[in-house]
Amino acid sequence: MKIFISPPNSLILRDLVKEGGHEPLTMMREIKKKVTKSGLDSPPLNVTELDPEKGLKYASNEVPSGVRGRMAVIGPMIQKADAAIIVKNAKYSFGCVGCARTNELIEYLLNQRDIPLITVEYPESEEEGRKMIKKIRNFLDDLDD
Amino acid sequence: MIKIAQLSCGSEYSGIQKEIEEAADSVGAEVFYPDVEFDEIEEAIDEFGFVPASPNLRLMIARAKKIVDGEVDADAAVVLSCFRCSEGALVRSEVRKFLQQNTEIPVVTYAFTEKTDKSELLTRMEALVSIVEKKDLLSWDKQTGISAGIDSGSSTTKCVIMKENEIIGKDWTPTKEVVPTAQKVFEEALKDAGLEKDDIEKIGVSGYGRHTIGDAIDADLIIEELTAGSKGAAWLANRLKGGATIIDIGGMDNKAINIYDGIPDGFTMGGICAGASGRFLEMTADRIGVEIEELGEYASRGDPDKVEMDSYCAIFGVQDLVTSLSEGSAIEDVAAAACYSVAEQVYQNQLQEVEIRTPIIEVGGTALIEGLHEAMRAILGLEEDELIVPENPQYAVVTGAALLASAVWG
Repeated sequence: MKIFISPPNSLILRDLVKEGGHEPLTMMREIKKKVTKSGLDSPPLNVTELDPEKGLKYASNEVPSGVRGRMAVIGPMIQKADAAIIVKNAKYSFGCVGCARTNELIEYLLNQRDIPLITVEYPESEEEGRKMIKKIRNFLDDLDD
Repeated sequence: MIKIAQLSCGSEYSGIQKEIEEAADSVGAEVFYPDVEFDEIEEAIDEFGFVPASPNLRLMIARAKKIVDGEVDADAAVVLSCFRCSEGALVRSEVRKFLQQNTEIPVVTYAFTEKTDKSELLTRMEALVSIVEKKDLLSWDKQTGISAGIDSGSSTTKCVIMKENEIIGKDWTPTKEVVPTAQKVFEEALKDAGLEKDDIEKIGVSGYGRHTIGDAIDADLIIEELTAGSKGAAWLANRLKGGATIIDIGGMDNKAINIYDGIPDGFTMGGICAGASGRFLEMTADRIGVEIEELGEYASRGDPDKVEMDSYCAIFGVQDLVTSLSEGSAIEDVAAAACYSVAEQVYQNQLQEVEIRTPIIEVGGTALIEGLHEAMRAILGLEEDELIVPENPQYAVVTGAALLASAVWG
């Protein structure tokens, strides 16, 4: 199954999903497609001014361009997802899209989709970390059933 | 190479990072992100005392702190966030103040959209570079010999001829084709001064067409209008020492500049909305059937509170004025409302981005509109002597260009 992860650039979540036998939908893969296509119009991410316009599908023109540019990449991933994992209040090193408004919109759009979804808090200790990993693994196992 | 620290949120995902880098590159500077460790971000926001929800804004604060702590070597800073992001606007403004209060580097802020291109950023970047690179030149405060200044503005092209620290000739005309217009005002200003071209020892050019004109006439100094205008305004207002704030409401954009000893140390430029520009006043004058030169006099006799203006947009603003006229409002009140609207927008959009450092020196063609001074004085709550409108305010940029050109060696 295709699993959306939030933060969508979390390497740990990507590895967990892969280990669980599913396909993670990640920012890294989407950005790789952008930067390896012929021509690099807008380094470093090759997000061009056309992307915030594509993002209008998810947020109106009143919404800052940075949110719409992110949603041009993330929005289609949400639409494709069969299930999703959200880790709330994650630390920078865990993964981060940089913008609180984008995070709110991602969470809202995922909740609007009728797909299996798990939301966990970012752990503050090793023990909490183990519990979080276990919950996510169980969620992924249940998807197989 | 001038190093400009970029403190920003959203520029990569708005697709404008390339524009920022190209704008810096074209004025001989490079932008860089100050390096910050993950752990330093939380420490920085704790110390800063503002905890934004967006991680990139937290990073922006941590990067600013690195500069303030002297751990990063930056010649200037540009603080950028997305247009319409309230959290970004709050942090941008506080980071700007933090840098200005704790460092000596020039700082510029800007709210971008995905449509922002390098031309919009160029003047800002060039001003940062001028302040850093031309510090000795900018400290010059007396014109010597015979020099000319030409300003190719969006609405008008101006020229002054100066001799031994006095303006001896001047002329202006609406901007058409850039180089022929500049040549025309130059010739007229020479006539006014009773001089020939060969008498001119140095020429300084500024304004939107500065590079084209500078190349065409082989100018001694090509300088953007922020630094030229600062020096010119300080000279015209006889405020070459100490602090002041310059407000220049232009035909297409507005500038608010903090100066100290005639050199800018913080500035902002508006340019997203025509409702806050001289163009709106031209449209108003045209609609109420008076010459732009008379608008200020009408406004002085009017009461802005008698006219309802619900929009800051130039087009809808004029519609509001038309509605008021059709309902029987006096043109004096309409003129006053238009001036008040522009002054209010300058206050809300530009003056929030800089320190309001008195005296305020109002320059540019719109400074000739006296209704605008009254509106500005009322909105800012200024005493009589806290707002200076010098003689020849429309010649501030050219005066600065002529003065600084006279100091160019060789």
